[in-house]
Amino acid sequence: MLRLFGPLIAPIVGLGFIAALVLAILTTSWEAEPPTAAHHFHLAPKPLHLASDGPLGKFDRQQLQRGFQVYKEVCSACHSARLVAFRDLQEIGFTNPEVKAIAKNWATEVPSVNPETGEPATRKALASDYIPSPYANETAARAANNNALPPDLSLITKARHGGAAYVHSLLTGYQNPPAELLEKFPDAKPSGTLHYNPYFANLNIAMPPPLAADGQVTYADGTKATIDQMAQDVSAFLVWTAEPKLENRHRTGIAVLIFLLIATTLAYMSYQNIWADRKH
Amino acid sequence: MSFPWAQHYAPKHPVTQWLDERLPLPRLVYNAVGAGYPVPRNLNYFWNFGVLAGAALGIQIITGIILAMHYAANGAIAFDSVESIMRDVNSGWLLRYAHANGASFFFIVVYLHIFRGLYYGSYKAPREMVWLLGVVIFLLMMATAFMGYVLPWGQMSFWGAQVITGFFSAIPVVGDPIRIWLLGGFAPDNAALNRFFSLHYLLPFVIAGVIILHIWSLHIPGSNNPTGVDVKGPQDTVPFHPYYTAKDGFGLGVFLIAFSTLLFFAPNLLGHPDNYIPANPLSTPAHIVPEWYFLPFYAILKAFTFNFLWIPAKLWGVMAMFGSILLLFFLPWIDSSPVRSTNYRPLYRWFFWMLVADVLALGYLGQAEPSTFVVFASQVCAAYYFAHFLIILPIVSRIERPLPLPNSITESVLHGEKAEAAPFGTQTA
Repeated sequence: MLRLFGPLIAPIVGLGFIAALVLAILTTSWEAEPPTAAHHFHLAPKPLHLASDGPLGKFDRQQLQRGFQVYKEVCSACHSARLVAFRDLQEIGFTNPEVKAIAKNWATEVPSVNPETGEPATRKALASDYIPSPYANETAARAANNNALPPDLSLITKARHGGAAYVHSLLTGYQNPPAELLEKFPDAKPSGTLHYNPYFANLNIAMPPPLAADGQVTYADGTKATIDQMAQDVSAFLVWTAEPKLENRHRTGIAVLIFLLIATTLAYMSYQNIWADRKH
Repeated sequence: MSFPWAQHYAPKHPVTQWLDERLPLPRLVYNAVGAGYPVPRNLNYFWNFGVLAGAALGIQIITGIILAMHYAANGAIAFDSVESIMRDVNSGWLLRYAHANGASFFFIVVYLHIFRGLYYGSYKAPREMVWLLGVVIFLLMMATAFMGYVLPWGQMSFWGAQVITGFFSAIPVVGDPIRIWLLGGFAPDNAALNRFFSLHYLLPFVIAGVIILHIWSLHIPGSNNPTGVDVKGPQDTVPFHPYYTAKDGFGLGVFLIAFSTLLFFAPNLLGHPDNYIPANPLSTPAHIVPEWYFLPFYAILKAFTFNFLWIPAKLWGVMAMFGSILLLFFLPWIDSSPVRSTNYRPLYRWFFWMLVADVLALGYLGQAEPSTFVVFASQVCAAYYFAHFLIILPIVSRIERPLPLPNSITESVLHGEKAEAAPFGTQTA
């Protein structure tokens, strides 16, 4: 039996799968899918060049400190950065006393317990604390933002396609919906609490424009705080919050590659030497 | 071991002699990957990838064991424990990026290793068992990689686990109970995360065990070679050490350069941004995709959209996806051509490269945004995949007239260069 049907088993199984696929193809509906507003009007992020780009990239600490200032004075009103501790800020050039002062004066206090009564309480942040969330929990955050949840920003430049360039484009991309959009897709008009932004996946974002005017923050180093400058600075800062070991990684990588290039050259010479008497 | 002219282990130092009489472990190594293993002299660089796959497994086990010292397999803190490794553990970023990219490089070298086996007919007699064990290793790798990807407990981890364990619910009648039993709940949660972690730690050692069997079964007939012609005499082989240890040393250097370039300068290139968002069962990502190395199989899964013969499309997709890998177990018997190397198979060569293009296309389609055209293209490519193995290959291997094979490996190496052939010709016993 096996000798008779053995050679036929493979084609029969194959034809089963192929028949299922051919029938799927034949029953395909080729009606054009209705075009969506996002498909036509969504934009890829504008290019953004930061000092941390490229294999030799290093952070521009002045820029990170400016970016931190934007985060502190603007973003942190709604967005947490729960993976960043105040102590980490020493890595971007703040001194130990400065870090302690930043923690102590932070707008939100950290949750604590009243040592007398054991009741829930809050206390001023310490350098060892993580940056506290502006909201007690998700429900509170949604209640304060028309049911939208401001995402945590610690990893945002690694958690979105386009990374820092996306953040920069989103922050500077607010505009009025183009007339063409309203004409073709009347439903895409941002409703009540939403804002048109072509860099956001579905074009309508709940976050109101956070950087509304030049000079919204006053930089200590004298840099002019244009909207674009503030957006670039905070994007650079969020690259650091997402990847604080980036400089270490680049430095180690260069050393490892130099070592490997030398070792591989020696390995190649050894290979050639050993095979010198054998044609292959 | 495999050929009578293999060199014999002869320890000179009293200590190694003492050890050899009591526990001949150095003898085993000598015969397995030392001077005691005669290997065809004409292997090209495609024969480096077996050793590189072993090196990749070593990297995964070492980095993985250290990561496990810092990782917490608990749904509430798994994501944060990974971030703590990235931020607070000494060189933790290096360990984690090496492990994540190491998985990708493991698959890159294993796919090239499989490609080499397919092209040069390494699955054919007398090496069928080497091939079968290789497919077992491949399946174990896929299971290990999938469970490892779940551990960081990001959005793609969670939804990937949701989709993949959903395959079991396609089984008629008992599907849903099986899925719930495997997950330890109605959806991936703490129970699933813990068992995935346990199995993710176990399976690499199972892989290491099957690799030992894989090499053992290889050493019975000895290595295949680019001509596919059997070894005829000592002039056809060189001892593994120092000849191929030296060549593999160079190959390992090139591999590590490529690996380090990605690891240090683009460590997130092959990952998905959504996995930096903590797992959220209430928020489905817009576009769920597996890791790149599963994409061709994912495309096959999604290609089945028609309920054919009262079997639901989903079950067809799941059967086809598993079938696309399981059919590799039958390859040594599906391809009945006695000629191993595709170099000497003028007709099969075309279909071989068609298959390579087909699998690459399926990989692309696996990650593409689904549109009518993408689904149509996946259906055509999936149909071709099955047609290649189950219809074209049995026919081609019967009707094909292969090109004349060289008389021996040495002749193939030295073809035309008679002056150089002499010294080796005289070595023939």
